[in-house]
Amino acid sequence: MNIRLNGAPAQTGATTLEELIAMLGYHEDAKIATAVNGDFVPTAKRAEQKLIANDDVEILAPRQGG
Amino acid sequence: MVEFYGQKLGSRLLMGTAMYPSPELLQKAVKASKAQIVTVSLRREAARQQSAQQQSGQGFWELIRELGVRVLPNTAGCKSVKEAITTAQMAREMFETAWIKLEVIANDDTLQPDLFGLVEAAQILSKDGFEVFPYTTEDLGAADRLLEAGCKLLMPWGAPIGSARGLNNPYALETMRNYFPDIPLVVDAGIGAPSHAAKAMEMGYDAVLLNTAIAKAGDPVIMAKAFAQAIDAGRAAFKAGLMEPRNMASPSTPVAGTPFFKLD
Repeated sequence: MNIRLNGAPAQTGATTLEELIAMLGYHEDAKIATAVNGDFVPTAKRAEQKLIANDDVEILAPRQGG
Repeated sequence: MVEFYGQKLGSRLLMGTAMYPSPELLQKAVKASKAQIVTVSLRREAARQQSAQQQSGQGFWELIRELGVRVLPNTAGCKSVKEAITTAQMAREMFETAWIKLEVIANDDTLQPDLFGLVEAAQILSKDGFEVFPYTTEDLGAADRLLEAGCKLLMPWGAPIGSARGLNNPYALETMRNYFPDIPLVVDAGIGAPSHAAKAMEMGYDAVLLNTAIAKAGDPVIMAKAFAQAIDAGRAAFKAGLMEPRNMASPSTPVAGTPFFKLD
């Protein structure tokens, strides 16, 4: 189905956020944080976060900043 | 010692981590500055970027951990309350800290704080247990509301972020210092030279946060040291008690015994 991933259109067969992260190839211990449709999804809740068409997913990592 | 939310710190220099020519220079500069707090951000990262350790968030995170400094995540780029709140929540989980440098930005050219959004976000985040470091202006009304919202310190700008203009409105910053004598106040944004930082400290500010002025210096490591020295000097001068400026000259050399002096 179509979703938005980090601001760009994407296609995925994943049904949960946890599945999406695994299918995208993120390392198991990856230091990332997630949000769906503007709302924070804690790591512990990724498995139960079901993805539906046109969901807006953000996957963020640490970066330099002022 | 300066104290932020119960954490006592020996260094009054907070450093940003962006725009350094290389990760190695960032590390060296932070060490040279003796800063104990660095700011970081959260940004989008694709899975494939993780293999390039140097550029990826994972590599950067390792570098920061090696420095052994306290991390202050920011909500840079957030233009709405919702964006700032979600970013803060993500930051809290990722960096394992309740500290958040709260930025809610009103304008892309000046990057000035959206004071309305800032106060609203500060209220919500403080209630949720965050320890908010609000990036604000010299507006005393906003300052009152931020403190009422639960902020225990304020971070007014010196000048627009990255502008290197120093203290654009020293009168207003002095007023703010006088209005909130017991609140930790940190000048954050727009610093360009060590003299700007020294001036803020001479005014009685508790600390200075800067990034670009060190990262974009010709030699960031030496500049980091220079800023640390300037902040120390400014603080010492403040504690020592600066003399009041005068309108007219007042001779320092004794007048009595001046040679060749005739009364008539």
